[in-house]
Amino acid sequence: MVDFSYTVFILLIPLVVFAITGIWGGRWKPIISGLLGTFGIATIFVMSLYTAYQYFFVVHHGGPYKPIVAMNFLWLPLTEHLHIHMGIMLDPISVMMLVVVTTISLMSHWYSLGYMKGERGFARYYAFLSLFTFSMLGLVVATDLLQMFIFYELVGVSSFLLIGFYYQKPSAVAAAKKAFIVTRFADFGFLIGIFILIYYTHSFDFLQITDPNTPIFETALGKTFLGYSALSWATALIFMGAAGKSAMFPFHIWLPDAMEGPTPVSALIHAATMVVAGVFTIARLFPVYYFFTPKVLLMVGYVGGFTSLFAALIAMTQFDIKRVLAYSTLSQIGYMMVGLGVSHYGGEEGLGYMAAMFHLFTHAMFKALLFLGAGSIIHAVHSNLMQKMGGLRKYMPITHITFLIAALAISGIPPFAGFFSKDEILAAAFLHNRLLFWVEYITAGITAFYIFRLYFKVFWWKDTQYEHTPHESPWTMTVPLIILATLSATVGFVPFSKFVSSDLMPFEPETHWNLVIASVSIGLLGLALAWLLYRKENDLPDRIAKALGKLYKWTYDKFYIDEIYLFITKKIMFNIIAKSVAWFDRHIVDGFMEGVAVVTEKTSEKIKGFQSGHLQQYAFVFIASVIIIALTVLYFIGA
Amino acid sequence: MIQGIPITHFLVVSVIMFFVGIMGFIIRQNLITILLSVELILNAVVLNFLVFNRYLFPHHLQGQFFGLFIIGVAAAEASMAIALIINIYRRMRHIDPDKIREMKY
Repeated sequence: MVDFSYTVFILLIPLVVFAITGIWGGRWKPIISGLLGTFGIATIFVMSLYTAYQYFFVVHHGGPYKPIVAMNFLWLPLTEHLHIHMGIMLDPISVMMLVVVTTISLMSHWYSLGYMKGERGFARYYAFLSLFTFSMLGLVVATDLLQMFIFYELVGVSSFLLIGFYYQKPSAVAAAKKAFIVTRFADFGFLIGIFILIYYTHSFDFLQITDPNTPIFETALGKTFLGYSALSWATALIFMGAAGKSAMFPFHIWLPDAMEGPTPVSALIHAATMVVAGVFTIARLFPVYYFFTPKVLLMVGYVGGFTSLFAALIAMTQFDIKRVLAYSTLSQIGYMMVGLGVSHYGGEEGLGYMAAMFHLFTHAMFKALLFLGAGSIIHAVHSNLMQKMGGLRKYMPITHITFLIAALAISGIPPFAGFFSKDEILAAAFLHNRLLFWVEYITAGITAFYIFRLYFKVFWWKDTQYEHTPHESPWTMTVPLIILATLSATVGFVPFSKFVSSDLMPFEPETHWNLVIASVSIGLLGLALAWLLYRKENDLPDRIAKALGKLYKWTYDKFYIDEIYLFITKKIMFNIIAKSVAWFDRHIVDGFMEGVAVVTEKTSEKIKGFQSGHLQQYAFVFIASVIIIALTVLYFIGA
Repeated sequence: MIQGIPITHFLVVSVIMFFVGIMGFIIRQNLITILLSVELILNAVVLNFLVFNRYLFPHHLQGQFFGLFIIGVAAAEASMAIALIINIYRRMRHIDPDKIREMKY
C-alpha cells in the first residue's frame, strides 16, 4: 500500500506561499513574489502528477479505482452526529482535478510573470493566486460536503479579490461585487441543501452518501414537500449552488462581467477551474442524483442544455474578445452539465459521466489557452475590442498558431482535444435524450462559428493601422501558450474511460462513426461560414445583422437578462419591498421608540418639582406615606 | 409590673415622644432643634425596646442591649450632624433648612 499522506503538502504549500507573499511581499522586489509563487505551484504540480501516477498505475492498476482517504481529522465536533472533518480524499475525479488545477495554475503563474510585469500590486496578485489555488485544491479533495462548502466559499472570496484586482476601476469593483453576491446567493441554496441532507441522514461523508446501495436516504425519500421528496429538494438546492459557481442560467450574469479581472485570472478561475466546481460537485454526488433523484438529474441536463445554446447565441454577436470567450465558457460548461444529465450508471451506460469529466479536462486546457492567447493579444493591442484588431497574424506568429489550435480544439475538429470529449457527450446525449442531443448538436455548429469569427476578426479581416506596432509577447508568456497548445492538441488521445467512470470500473466506449462524421461536419460547417464572412474585410456581416434586425439586437444585448435582474432588484425589491419596509421601520418601529422617549421626557419635566431640596418636605412626604401604607395594610389585614 | 405600672402607660409616653419628635423634625426652622427632634424619636424607640423586653421577655436582655446600641449610634450621629451643621453655618452664616436648597434638580 502506498502512503498518500504527503498529499497534504499539495494543500499546504500554496497556503504557506500565500501567507508569505501576503505578509512580506510588499517589501521585496515584486519578481521575488512571482518566482516564489511559480515555484511553489511547480512543486505541487510535480506532486500532483506523481499522485496521479501512483493512484492510477501503482495502487489501482487496471481498476476498480476505489477512493482512498489520504488523511482525515476531526476539525469541529459540533454535536453527536454533526462532526466536521477536514481531509483529503483521492478518487479518479479528484486526482484528475488535482492535475488540471495545478497544470492551469502553473501556466497562469508563469504567464503572469510577463503579463503582469510592472503592475501595481504584483505581490498581492501572486498572493491571491496562491490563495485561490489552495482553496480550489481543498475543494476537489474534500471528504465531506461541509468541507466542500467551506472551500466553495474560499474560492468565491479569492475570485472576488482577483476580479476586483484593479480596485481603482469602478467597473472592476462592480463586477467583483456582482460575482460575489450572485454566487453567494446560490451558495445559500447549497447550504440549505446540505442542511436538509444532514437533518435526514446524519451523514454527509462522501464515501457514505455516494454508495449506490446506501440505506441512509430512506427517511429523506419518505418525506415529501410539494410532491417531491426531501432528498429531491436537497439535491436540487445543491444543484443551485453548483449552478451559481458554474454560472448556469439564470445565475450566469456574473461570469461575463468577471472578465474585468486580469486575463490570466480569467484563464485560471473563470474558464478552467473555479467555474467547473459546479460540474465537479454534481459529478461527486452523481450516484445520489442518479439513483435517488433522477428527475433532478434530468433538470441538471436541461439547464445545462439551455445555457449552452443560449450562451453560444450571445457569443456570436459580442465584440469584446474576453466576453466572447466568457460566453463560450458558459456554453462549454453547459455541455458538461448535459453530459452528466444524460448519463446513466455503470460502464457504457455511464458514458455521459465520463464524457463530462473528459470535457472538463480538455476544456480546461484549450479554454485556458484561448484566454491566455487573448491576454497576449490584449497585451499587444491595448484593447479588448475586435474592431480595433485585425491582421495580427503577421505581428504575433506564436500567439496566432496557438490560438488557432485552441479554436480548432473547441470547435471539435479532430485530432484536437475538444473533438474527443465533445463527441462523447454528443454520443451519450444521442443514446439517452434526443432533445438534448439536437440542442447540443446545433450548439456545436454555433461554437465553431463564433470562435472562428473571433479568430478571423482578430488575425485576418483587415490590416489595421496600429499606433504602436504590435509585437510578439515575451517568452514568459509564449512558452505557457506553446505548452498549452501542445496539450490541447494531444490530451484527446488520453484513454480517459480507462481512468474515470461512473462506477469506478474502467471500460471501453464504442465509437459511433455516424455521430463522429455528423459532429465533425457541423463543426466544419461553422468554420466555413466564419471563413466566408470574416476572412477578408467586407460588409456582409453587417448586412446580415441589419437583416436580422430585432433578433440580432436581442442577442447583442444578451437577451436583456441583466436588465430583467435590474428590474427585479431595483424596481420590485428596492422600490416596492425595501421602501415599504423602510417606511415601516422609520415610522412604526422608530415612532414607537421615540414615543417612549417623549413620554418619559414629558413626565419627568412634570414631576421634577418633587425634588425640591426642602429637607422637611421630604421628611413629611416620607412619614405621611409610611402612615398611609401602615393604615392601608392594617385596614386590609383587618387587625 | 414595675411597681404596678401597666405597659400601656409606657407606650403612651413613647408614642407621644415619637410624634413630638416627628412634628419637631417637620416644622422647626433650625437645624439644631431638628437634631434634637431626631434624638427624641430615637429615645422613644429605645424606650419601646426596653419596655417590651421587660414586660414580654423578662429573662432575656436583647432589648436592653439594643437600646444601648441605639444610644451609641445616636451619639455618633449627633456628632456627625453637629459637624455638618457647623460647616453649613460657616458657609452660609445661617442654619435655616428652608434656605438650604442647593440639593435639588
